[in-house]
Amino acid sequence: MLRAENLQLWRGERHVLRGLGFEVAPGELLHVAGPNGTGKTTLLRVLCGLAQPEEGEVSWRGVSVRTLGAEYFVDVGYVAHDSGLKGDLTARENLAFAAGLRCAVTPAQIDSALATLTIRDCGDLPVRALSAGQRRRVALARLLLSQATIWILDEPLTNLDTAGSSLVLGLLAQHVQSGGLALVAAHSELALAGRDVRRLELS
Amino acid sequence: MSARTGILRAMLLLAERDLRLAFRRPSQLCNPLVFFLVVTTLFPLSLSPQPSQLRDIAPGVLWVAALLSSLLALEALLKSDAEDGTLEQMLLSGQPLVVLVAAKTLAHWFVGGLPLVVISPLAAFALNVPGDAILVTAEGLLMGTLTLSFIGSVGAALTVGVRRSSVLLSLLVLPLAMPLLIFGARATDLAISGEVASGPLYLLGALLAFTATLAPFASAAAVRIGLE
Repeated sequence: MLRAENLQLWRGERHVLRGLGFEVAPGELLHVAGPNGTGKTTLLRVLCGLAQPEEGEVSWRGVSVRTLGAEYFVDVGYVAHDSGLKGDLTARENLAFAAGLRCAVTPAQIDSALATLTIRDCGDLPVRALSAGQRRRVALARLLLSQATIWILDEPLTNLDTAGSSLVLGLLAQHVQSGGLALVAAHSELALAGRDVRRLELS
Repeated sequence: MSARTGILRAMLLLAERDLRLAFRRPSQLCNPLVFFLVVTTLFPLSLSPQPSQLRDIAPGVLWVAALLSSLLALEALLKSDAEDGTLEQMLLSGQPLVVLVAAKTLAHWFVGGLPLVVISPLAAFALNVPGDAILVTAEGLLMGTLTLSFIGSVGAALTVGVRRSSVLLSLLVLPLAMPLLIFGARATDLAISGEVASGPLYLLGALLAFTATLAPFASAAAVRIGLE
């Protein structure tokens, strides 16, 4: 269970997060919605543990994220707005490094992750040469390889074509089905097959 | 679930990635080296090329050029990783950031500092430095450039969130690098005049031990703040 309590955060003079609190249980998906500039990305970064709230606390399985430190990061997979990939390295090299930093990965696992996201042909191209949508798919392949329980995705559907979008929604459904948690910031509706999606509206 | 990656393996992975990236951009690799050689060879041209005078200015020229050319490459240490979000992903990998920063610094020195040490005999020879002193200079630079990389990693980490940070970075790092310049040039100077240079070399070694053990902690803390 991921729990956020009374999160308060200022950015300069702006009070971005005002006493936000919620819980996400295993098998649940939380859709973080709201207009631009209402703090969706800020909230996700706080939930990742990348930013610290001025007040309030995020806790995972009953323990504060601050106390868990690196132990918490192992459970979190974050796909940010920028892909987090090195343009000079190939997709395969990027994945081997990023996933290898977390746990042992074999080339076969990387291959199957690329195949899941239907970009197997791009595996040996430098990421610089890929389109924005393909880069996003590589970032999502990294998420699959990370074996994280908590998926935190910032606008995962941008730059993706319709097939890509439904692919991502399918992966999300699969992830929560198998007991994972997902927190997704998105502008469009998230319709998961046979699942209720809880919605958190920021304003 | 497969096994979690150990610290040593993580360091190797990161160092391997950084070296691979460095060799994909060979021009960036050569810039500091060319700068070092150009500066050291311009001095004899602009001053009088008398062997005795060259020998007098050699310590200062070699060390200042080495310091400045290492400084040139420093900005790249963390900047590109911070810009494309890979630094964030590294932080989220669950590996201790201290270890990752140390691995990055070592890889950076390997492609930026070590080549300077290797070609320094050439520059020293051109400045009419005698054989023994050439060896002392290379020894001094070996420790000096590595120390500078560690000091520089703290500066680079502190300026990770700042745009166009190269001037700020120099202002932060140069004062801290002054002991290196003083003791390094002194070691070369002593060796040229035929005296024992071990005193300043020991001090360089002490500085290296000091920065190598403490700088990664400072850099890791600064990166964490910079990414917030």
